[in-house]
Amino acid sequence: MEISVDGQGTYVYTGGKSLEAARDASLPAVLFIHGAALDHSCWNLQSRWFAHHGHAVLAVDLPGHGRSAVGPLTSVAAMAAWLAALLDAAGFPRAALVGHSMGSLAALETAACFPERIAGIALLGNATPMPVSAALLEAAKNDEPRARNMINVWSHSPRGQVGGNAVPGLWQIGMNLRLMERAAPGVLHTDLSACNDYRSGLERAARVACPALILSGSHDLMAPPKATLALADALPGATRVILNGAGHAMMSEQPDAVLDALIAFLARA
Amino acid sequence: MAEPKCYRFDTLSLHAGQVPDSQYGARATPIYLTTSFVFKDSDHAASLFNMERAGHVYSRISNPTNAVLEERISALEGGVGAIATASGQAALHLAIATLMDAGSHIVASRALYGGSHNLLEYTLPRFGIATSFVSPRDLDGIRAAIRPNTRLIFGETLGNPGLDVLDVPGLAQIAHEHGLPLLVDATFTTPYLMQPLEQGADLVMHSATKFLGGHGVAIGGLLVDGGRFDWDREGASAGKFPTLSEAYEGFHGMDFAEESPVAAFLLRARREGLRDFGAAMSPLTAFQILQGVETLPLRMARHIDNTRKIVAHLVAHPQVESVSYPELPGHPDHELAKRLLPKGCGAVFTFVLKAGAGGSRLAGKRFIESLRVFSHLANVGDAKSLVIHPASTTHFRMSAEALAAAGIFEGTVRLSVGLENAEDLIEDLNRGLYAAQKS
Ligand SMILES: Cc1ncc(COP(=O)(O)O)c(C=O)c1O
Repeated sequence: MEISVDGQGTYVYTGGKSLEAARDASLPAVLFIHGAALDHSCWNLQSRWFAHHGHAVLAVDLPGHGRSAVGPLTSVAAMAAWLAALLDAAGFPRAALVGHSMGSLAALETAACFPERIAGIALLGNATPMPVSAALLEAAKNDEPRARNMINVWSHSPRGQVGGNAVPGLWQIGMNLRLMERAAPGVLHTDLSACNDYRSGLERAARVACPALILSGSHDLMAPPKATLALADALPGATRVILNGAGHAMMSEQPDAVLDALIAFLARA
Repeated sequence: MAEPKCYRFDTLSLHAGQVPDSQYGARATPIYLTTSFVFKDSDHAASLFNMERAGHVYSRISNPTNAVLEERISALEGGVGAIATASGQAALHLAIATLMDAGSHIVASRALYGGSHNLLEYTLPRFGIATSFVSPRDLDGIRAAIRPNTRLIFGETLGNPGLDVLDVPGLAQIAHEHGLPLLVDATFTTPYLMQPLEQGADLVMHSATKFLGGHGVAIGGLLVDGGRFDWDREGASAGKFPTLSEAYEGFHGMDFAEESPVAAFLLRARREGLRDFGAAMSPLTAFQILQGVETLPLRMARHIDNTRKIVAHLVAHPQVESVSYPELPGHPDHELAKRLLPKGCGAVFTFVLKAGAGGSRLAGKRFIESLRVFSHLANVGDAKSLVIHPASTTHFRMSAEALAAAGIFEGTVRLSVGLENAEDLIEDLNRGLYAAQKS
């Protein structure tokens, strides 16, 4: 559905259920935040499960992504402010946040800025800080096809490179590439720069008041599990879970394992 | 880190879509010959039906063996996914039924496989879908044939019977200017010789019965989605594809382009087309086609090698009137073929026999009947060499004039060159040519 945030049309996927009905029934809200150059569709399965199991689901297209035309935002701080504005616009005083990669940084920052509004944060494919290699940043600036190829290969585990998608008949390597190709020129570089420039995550973590899940893929080359160790120390009461065999694109490589981890976590949040 | 690479074509031919199964570690793709799959519990069942969890429910909709084949062809074509169907015909029908309703219109190349032509010319009009046929070489004619209700442009990479080379980039440009998708039947080229999606096509279909299987033991089709077409675009395509851009009451009120901007077409085709029309591939067939795809690069290289030798032999043979193969300088699409098909123009081509004393039809009959290695039958793309003489078989009721209008002469012979020793094939053809000349 379309929601106006700060006067701009914003697309929110609601998991196949009416958001109004969920809000009127005071169902707990879950906000899904995608990573660089992607959109809401990276959460298809997980967002549908929560929408059909007693939650209000908002899987956003961040500004400048997917169906949300205007954007992109240039910093993680701006994303946090925007996410809070989105919750206001949609009429949810409180929500749990599930973020992947860049989206996990946005979730962390939002929970630090608005601790009273955030019920829990699930950080998938996270690294805090999240330095982006100079070669990738350079490619994202000057040669997007090359940058997309780098990301696509690095995002998939050795098994994921071969396929074996849980969703019948979809070739994940092609899906991920085409989704990135849909981003307007410059969006990938803006997103990666926002990740690279977000250096305050470990300090900001001290302000987080809600439960946190740190979910990593054992074979994630973009955000290896060890890149979350400092954050796990900085976030009081964080749970770390490592998905065996999963790469960065864990929502498509291991959709059920990701979902089960989120179900267990959000039952507590 | 070094520049990362995805696996290359030959590796994907063997591996894409399959990892050894977790229970037994089977290296070959297991044949899941089962109609249905047991739910873990009621909530799991509901989750599968609601698309909250991924998995298989019933083999008309999806099956693990078929899924391996679907991923493999997607990887080889550079697409986002695919659907395996009961036949090539079923793949074409599934594409059309997914994209349009009664009242719609298709612009198709005139140089089509006879079965596709039948579907478009005679059968679909009964369901309110009309087709205009245009020479694939006439891009202006194709542009002019597009109407407000046109929903698809369709052609074959190598046309029938003259091996017209489809100008995929040129056609894609016209299609996209009009907000329309381009569907390409790539049966004759396979992804080894050309990847139409990389050339601008939006959807690709195959009769997997042919080169993909290669063994001639199974009928099957594949429909691949390139994932680039924007079904919900403002402007030229706006409102043209309500099956993909509006809520579908028949499946959870889903708006497929919202659900998955990249895979909307495949979602609808599987959740409606496979579900309701039911032209699914058997898992046994999927296994058999996979066996073929594993050696596709090796086989296609040999098909081309043999074809080139035979073409060269026939061109120089005194009993041969003409040979139609796009690698020959005299072929109308020679330049286009150099650009789009540098690895070869397939292993199916026609040549025309010189008339013997009893005329061309008799020469053709004698030619065919004296061959020993080439099999006389109505198929192409087998590992074994095949031959047919249209004027005495598929087109035998037609007059010489009607044949000529279809681009066929009384002495036209179609070969599908197989993997045998090229010298054996050439000796066999010489035997036939000798008999033809005596007739
Ligand atoms: C180019 C082409 N397309 C489609 C088909 C139809 O395929 P099937 O026989 O698998 O239904 C054929 C079969 O001869 C073909 O040659």
